Amino acid sequence: MSNENPQIKKKREQTMVDERRKFILGTARAVGIVALGGLVWSAYVDEVTANKLILRPPGALKEDDFLATCIKCGMCVEACPFDTLKLANPGDNKPLGTPYFEPRDIPCYMCPDIPCVPVCPTGALDEALVTTDGKLDINLADMGVAVVDTKNCIAFWGIQCDACYRACPLMDQAIYLKYEKNERTGKHAFLKPIVDSDFCTGCGLCERACVTKKATITIVPREIVIGSLDDHYIKGWDKKDEKRLKNAKADITTTELSKESAMDSLNDMGGLLDD
Amino acid sequence: MTNFWEHYRFLVLRRFTQISLMLLYIGGNYWGWNFVQGNLSASMLFGVVPLNDPYAALQMFAAGAVITTNLFVGALIVTIFYMLLGGRTFCSWVCPVNIITDAANYLRRKLHVNQVEKKQPASRNIRYWVLGLSLVLSYILGVTAFEFISPISITHRAIIFGVGLGWTAMLVIFLFDLFILKNGWCGHICPLGGFYGVIGKVGAVRVDHDEEKCTVCMKCKIVCPEPQVLFMVGKESLQVLDGECTNCGRCIEVCDDDALNFSIRKLAKEKRDENN
Amino acid sequence: MALSRRDFLKSSAAASAAAAVGMSVPAPLQAASNEAQKEWRWDKAACRFCGTGCGIMMATKDGKIVAVKGDPAAPVNRGLNCIKGYFNAKIMYGADRLKQPLLRVGSDGKFDKKGQFKPVSWERAFDEMEVHIKKSLKEKGPEGVAVFASGQYTVMEGYAAQKMMKAGFRSNAIDPNARHCMASAVVGFYQTFGIDEPSGCYDDIELTDTIVTWGSNMAEMHPILWSRVTDRKLSDPDRVKVINMSTYRHRTSDLADIEIIFSPNTDLALWNYIAREIVYNAPDSIDWDFVNKHMVFAASPVNMGYGMRNAKEFKKYPEMAKKYTALERETISQEDEHIVSAKEAPALAPYGYKEGDKMVNKPAGLKHWEISFEEYKKFLDPYTLDYTAKISKGNPDEDIEEFKKKLQTLANLYIEKGRKVVSFWTMGMNQHTRGTWVNTLSYNVHFLLNKQAKPGSGAFSLTGQPSACGTAREVGTFAHRLPADMMVKSPKHRKIAENGWKIPEGTLNPKGHQHIMKIHRDIEDGNVTFAWVNVCNPYQDSGSAKHWIKAAREMDNFIVTSDGYPGISAKVSDLILPSAMIYEKWGAYGNAERRTQHWRQQVLPVGDAMSDTWQWLELSKRFTVADLWGEQTLVSTGGKKKLPDVIAAAEKMGYKKDTTMFDILFANEKAKSYKLDKNNPVQKGYDNSEGYGDSRKVKGSDGKVFEGYGFMIHQYLFEEYASFGRGHGHDLADFETYHKVRGLKWPVVDGKETQWRFNAKYDPYAAKATKKSGNSHAFYGTLAKALSQGDLMGIKDKKKKPLPNKAKIFARPYMDPPEMPCKEYDTWLCTGRVLEHWHSGTMTMRVPELYRAVPEALCYMHPEDAKTKGLKQGKLCWVESRRGRVKARVETRGRNRPSRGLVFVPWFDEKVFINKVCLDATCPQSKQTDYKKCAVKIYKV
Repeated sequence: MSNENPQIKKKREQTMVDERRKFILGTARAVGIVALGGLVWSAYVDEVTANKLILRPPGALKEDDFLATCIKCGMCVEACPFDTLKLANPGDNKPLGTPYFEPRDIPCYMCPDIPCVPVCPTGALDEALVTTDGKLDINLADMGVAVVDTKNCIAFWGIQCDACYRACPLMDQAIYLKYEKNERTGKHAFLKPIVDSDFCTGCGLCERACVTKKATITIVPREIVIGSLDDHYIKGWDKKDEKRLKNAKADITTTELSKESAMDSLNDMGGLLDD
Repeated sequence: MTNFWEHYRFLVLRRFTQISLMLLYIGGNYWGWNFVQGNLSASMLFGVVPLNDPYAALQMFAAGAVITTNLFVGALIVTIFYMLLGGRTFCSWVCPVNIITDAANYLRRKLHVNQVEKKQPASRNIRYWVLGLSLVLSYILGVTAFEFISPISITHRAIIFGVGLGWTAMLVIFLFDLFILKNGWCGHICPLGGFYGVIGKVGAVRVDHDEEKCTVCMKCKIVCPEPQVLFMVGKESLQVLDGECTNCGRCIEVCDDDALNFSIRKLAKEKRDENN
Repeated sequence: MALSRRDFLKSSAAASAAAAVGMSVPAPLQAASNEAQKEWRWDKAACRFCGTGCGIMMATKDGKIVAVKGDPAAPVNRGLNCIKGYFNAKIMYGADRLKQPLLRVGSDGKFDKKGQFKPVSWERAFDEMEVHIKKSLKEKGPEGVAVFASGQYTVMEGYAAQKMMKAGFRSNAIDPNARHCMASAVVGFYQTFGIDEPSGCYDDIELTDTIVTWGSNMAEMHPILWSRVTDRKLSDPDRVKVINMSTYRHRTSDLADIEIIFSPNTDLALWNYIAREIVYNAPDSIDWDFVNKHMVFAASPVNMGYGMRNAKEFKKYPEMAKKYTALERETISQEDEHIVSAKEAPALAPYGYKEGDKMVNKPAGLKHWEISFEEYKKFLDPYTLDYTAKISKGNPDEDIEEFKKKLQTLANLYIEKGRKVVSFWTMGMNQHTRGTWVNTLSYNVHFLLNKQAKPGSGAFSLTGQPSACGTAREVGTFAHRLPADMMVKSPKHRKIAENGWKIPEGTLNPKGHQHIMKIHRDIEDGNVTFAWVNVCNPYQDSGSAKHWIKAAREMDNFIVTSDGYPGISAKVSDLILPSAMIYEKWGAYGNAERRTQHWRQQVLPVGDAMSDTWQWLELSKRFTVADLWGEQTLVSTGGKKKLPDVIAAAEKMGYKKDTTMFDILFANEKAKSYKLDKNNPVQKGYDNSEGYGDSRKVKGSDGKVFEGYGFMIHQYLFEEYASFGRGHGHDLADFETYHKVRGLKWPVVDGKETQWRFNAKYDPYAAKATKKSGNSHAFYGTLAKALSQGDLMGIKDKKKKPLPNKAKIFARPYMDPPEMPCKEYDTWLCTGRVLEHWHSGTMTMRVPELYRAVPEALCYMHPEDAKTKGLKQGKLCWVESRRGRVKARVETRGRNRPSRGLVFVPWFDEKVFINKVCLDATCPQSKQTDYKKCAVKIYKV
């Protein structure tokens, strides 16, 4: 290169100037595109992760952790013997590639050996969440919880249906029948299906079995419908409830009235003496 | 026939590995074959050896997920594999999107779209920006950001688990590459390619250029999806050391002068040194 | 006229309530009601499905059924329904409804047994039937023409079918699927009361203190009655006790205070144990006054076999014998000889048997004789708590002492003074190789304690089918029966029927032996070569099913199926006739509490479908006096017995040789006196496809458009049938009355229904019979009411002693069923139903919602059993018996929870064809198949 033709050299230098300008321009453009792309990108991610009504396979981590952890490999889908699990496709309006199921279509049949969980390479489906005493236990699964629309459920009209109850793999635990007299007929009883969220795994066999046009028993992710309690009150009649005491602590409480310090509010006569 | 083989041997082999890998995955899904199950994001070889997408693992790490041993080992195996192999071997030998973008590129040449738009309006460095951005977004949003939009994953999932609307992603890439930007996806945007480009820098399998044999016909640069890596063609006898080279071998096939060949890093240089 | 929605609801509710009780609706309200109903019409009907007999209202719009509602005025259900009843409106219009006759034809268009089904005209269909019936009559005599009849026939259809069969073809080979469902209950009623059907009614539920379910999953099979039981339990939870007796845990245990899981067949021992407790340990509880006045004790032979094929048949039909494998023969050999087992030996000791003895079986018929109370007491002696508990504990994991406590409590509840008890049973006690026995044993306990035929007390047989009582039993579509409890073998009864039907004396065939399994076997033996399936699915619902399907398809015969949908029976037929479904025809059903309910034709049938009544009438046009009433040979007697030539007698009655059966049996003068009348409030505004023909202009059996018979055929058939029972304890109200009320429980005397039969306070017949004696009860049934005298071992004095107004307490021991689990086939198989599906599923499996709810039959088993057999929940397994095998999905959870050693598989699913596995053993007396027990092995697919 040392014996370079000066003309070529000049041309090369000029080219270099062009290259530099081009580089700067290109970079600026790239930054712009990337910034714009980043915004659209995060908006999209926000949008699909905002859909909280997705039912995940057994043993799934909490939705936020699940989304961070799921690698979307579909091994759980492959392991499912009933074709229950699907990977979200474009157009499903769900985080792409993540596994989910729609119980009205195909519910989770609650295989005792839970084939979908151990195959998960990333722990997004966590064996520990469905294990008791070192053994897989599908009854611990928490895919969601069944909710009954008591207005349209025909059992609440007095029809002897209870298809959901008989479909329930944890019959008499997750769904039990509440017997009530039917005062209108004077001689029949209502057999009303009641869900016990302590036991319901959200498998959706009930939703699948429901005979109404649109199911009147539906599986909803637990965090959507199940409330939670503060730890300052313990059920006096339930020994097990004591365990909530572990988290109980005396927090400083503030209301609109008490947000100022005692001194400040005492020193503020604030119209007390007005007529 | 010999001529055909001479000219397309790597292409055929690449298509063979790409398609047979997909078939093995499909078999794993539908018929329970045990060879390889899962997909390109994560899979299990013979039901024992974990193979994981290291870039996805990196995003998970950024997103704050707990990285399981399984995942770590799998990602490590894949990383080491491509590090040793070198370049973006994944892109041209494994990734099914490559088939789509190659097709777009082929059609682009046939339709002379290139003539219409000679200057590329975008930088090939965008992919590194996207790569960085994906990690930042993963960190901020707490999700594996690129995996949420990755058309690569959409494509291989569409192939392995049944099509659904996955074909739209393929179509978008195809049209983008055909009409908007030459080598648009693989050569400019894809952060996975970028990622493999980075780790593949040190790889062993390299294309070697022998300037003495070169007739500067430039056929290699025409077919090359990353022509900038062939800057030495007709100028210098050098190994293509740039990580952006996908080791696709097309340049070797189209070269009628035996000026390009696969080689092992260093060895080629030594050989040439010996010859000189 | 302006009418708000609220007004409308009010007025239509008032109108339907008013129609219910037959009171007149005030005029302005009536007008409003008509106005509102312009777009659709509500009319009352009965539910299509089970024997409960719920009242419903059907809504029709544009000539189609569009909706259903429970009838709030119906006393059974008060507007409620179960999940099947809820879908009554959706069973009619399945995509694969049969709409035209289909015949198997070859490429030349002629009938070909091996051909494919092709549509043919009704004319062609009847041509083929005529040809094949005439061929069968010629070659095999009247016994060669058979009908698979039904407990789902309307009263009129059943009556038309049996009239044509028995009076026309002179064949008694007509037997209903009800044979599979309540024949044991019937024979139990006959032997005990001398007359069929329950003494009590559903009102017992509200009045009783104790409900004991024996082999009856009421929660799923009689859901509306179950909700009444539940209500009763709720109204006095401490007083009211519910006990569930079953061979596996099912939904009826939910409400039960006590659940007793017993080993299959040991219900015999359990009833005898309770009787022993009464007689030995609580003799004071026996109402001796009642027993002395109303009871006799009786015994019958024990070595009567199990209703299977026997060595004699195999010898007589070597071709048939080849079709039975050595494995099948292992079980069938029990029919000839049985070795007394350790389990049954103590129970058989009073009959002189000990363990290891060879019991040589022989047909015993219905023979029984009177014995003394001492003999009965001796018979009861073996059923100590220890012995009973030992043989009957059905859950191997239950503690024997716990089990004993439960049995003791059960006995105590029955015995407790002042405690009212109802014992309900269904298929568990009827589908039983000793079904007749166990039915009679149930009455023993109630009789000894004077807890029968009283409000709130009694043993009560629940039927499965909607008109098993109303049609199969009351009309008498059984091989051995005539209407209103008359029997073909009784010369007196035949004469009554012949007179009533205006046919020559001697026309009726006295030999009624071709019960439903016999028809299947006769087809396999080549003795029946024409069979017609009506409103049932015998090729899916019979045990050892493979044999009958092969016989139908591979032998030279002609099988016809009339159905609404293509089930297995249609598939194995040669000719398929499209039938009108329930609300496409006028009809009546009779439920388990003797309630007769009528409905009108709501809509026109689909396609070219026509009612079974029409099909029978059209067929009858093809046969004349000369064709049928000449001398006929009864092949079953080896040609020894012949039916006399009655043509001359017929001519004397004014018939000609070429008079058709249609003119004699159906379109006679009396029939024509029932007029079609478009102004008659009952008929007004309703279709009558048989009466007028209809707008579809269906081309009938003569190839011309069918224009109707021109008279009210349904009313005629009903009234003629009812005339046989009136004045004989079977009194029905008249046709028109039933269209004004929500059903009436017969006997209907002086316009009043009867709640408790045989009880002088409630039953006018009993009141009449006890006028002189002042007794509380009169068991006035007349069948088998004179007995020889003897002891357990047999008759000692052949002279028959009459027992007017008395019922019987029977000594009948525990015996093993013919097939029990062994080393190879180590598991009991029990079959049954599910709430969501009706019988073989031809209707309910076509309702998308019900199909989705329960798409397939599962194999319910204990999780431990699944584990030891290497089976996984939700995966397929083989269920294999000596006769065949099916694949079913393993279910270790859910509605049925068998103990170890037993599996339960429902039979509704034609894809899980469990009757290929089941045995066709029957109660030798009632001929009812035992679907509840056979031995199987379960293994991985």
